[in-house]
Amino acid sequence: MPEMIAEWLNQNEIFTATTLLHYWGGLVTTVQLVFLSLLLGLILAVPLAILRTVKNPFVSGPIWFYTYLFRGTPLLIQLYVIYYGIAQIEGIQDTFWWEIFRAAFYPALLAFTLNTAAYTTEILRGAIVATPQGEIEAAKAYGMSWLMRIRRIVLPSAARRAVQAYANEVIFMLHASAIASVVTIVDLTGAARDIYSRFYAPFDAFIAVALIYMVLTFALVYGFKRLEHRLLRHLRPVGG
Amino acid sequence: MKKLIVAASCALALVTGSLQAKEWTEIRIAFDVPYEPFEYRTPEGELTGFEVELATAMCEEMGAKCEFVEQAWDGMIPGLLARKFDAIMSSMSITPERAERVLFSEAYYNTPGAWFGRESVDVDVTDMDAMKGLEVGVQRGTTMDTYVTENMSGIVNIKRYTTADDMVLDLEGERLNLVFVDYPVGEQTILTRDGFKQVGEPVKLGEGVGVAMRQRDTDLAEQINAALDTLKNDGTYDTIMKKYFEYDIKM
Repeated sequence: MPEMIAEWLNQNEIFTATTLLHYWGGLVTTVQLVFLSLLLGLILAVPLAILRTVKNPFVSGPIWFYTYLFRGTPLLIQLYVIYYGIAQIEGIQDTFWWEIFRAAFYPALLAFTLNTAAYTTEILRGAIVATPQGEIEAAKAYGMSWLMRIRRIVLPSAARRAVQAYANEVIFMLHASAIASVVTIVDLTGAARDIYSRFYAPFDAFIAVALIYMVLTFALVYGFKRLEHRLLRHLRPVGG
Repeated sequence: MKKLIVAASCALALVTGSLQAKEWTEIRIAFDVPYEPFEYRTPEGELTGFEVELATAMCEEMGAKCEFVEQAWDGMIPGLLARKFDAIMSSMSITPERAERVLFSEAYYNTPGAWFGRESVDVDVTDMDAMKGLEVGVQRGTTMDTYVTENMSGIVNIKRYTTADDMVLDLEGERLNLVFVDYPVGEQTILTRDGFKQVGEPVKLGEGVGVAMRQRDTDLAEQINAALDTLKNDGTYDTIMKKYFEYDIKM
């Protein structure tokens, strides 16, 4: 098998070891970028979603505005505004912030995190609002405080309802990360563009990268299927 | 039966069409606009520039009717192969990799690549120790990209951009220390701003720029080569060149 791969690589003029390494570098960047932004986005979204359901408009209003802003504009525009906008701030180049925002990775991470946090907040809010009233009343009857109700009743129940929609958000985020290549990040799509422009073979370069995205998506779909299976095990028929 | 006849006549038309050496009377030529001063629009919206004028003169010389098509750089070669147009005259440098996909005419001009940076930049671009770790911007897939990739990979950090505008924006925002671009482009987009200068000497790159055509259209290439040769010798080429450049780019 290894000899077969080596032989195939030798015959092939585009997919040489250098090219494959370039794709590998792109894969690592894409996975880092998507994983970190989803993780940070989720950490942000849980408190935001809870506060978004609070009755006080001074608490829920700003969060509503934030999610509206980031769901109402294209991610590409958000990335441009953050990446080029930060560099235009007078004197930023002399502060320590520039160490962070000089490279393209952190502006992109910031844009992706804020975007996915907005969508995830709305997904979670929908699930929280749909908590059966009886469950909350029962928790109150037990004398649980607000915080304990949220922790023991509302969030676990909301997570079960949100997991399918969130799986979609994760897959969308993976695909949306392709636009990172417009701000010089060499992610999977950036690597494909480099290889396309080096060999003038658009179909080979982009079909190869599409297959890699499909494999990643397949892994995500499988992972979420397992998670759903676990979270919803109490709903399965006995012996089913 | 009817379908069969239609199919058969189509097939026949294809076979005879490709066998005849065609006299080209109508040519569609693609440009990536704007790329000053090679192809751009005047404030009145008229397409002009060095290559546009050269193409017009070339078509006149060939006695052919030419249609000018606008096409973004990324889709140039795919568009040519998909027969959306017959020739590319959009500053496409002749490289071995491109020659695998398209047929090039003789080169019709060559410009050097040059380094540009902020006024404060003081670095010897030929000294690899001084260049170490600098952020360098290039346009993806250009001969400048190939030059930096082949000679400076692992020394400088190469950032690849799709458009020159994005690259200049990052040079302004101090994300890049230097950019390496086609000299005329740098002259038009960078030197016109305050606080920027050319760094070091321009570098002659590659085999020059040629008209790109489909591999099979050898008859078109012959006609274009003949026309360009006439223009280079009868002074038409020099007249057009002097309108746009103060230096010699003739090949």
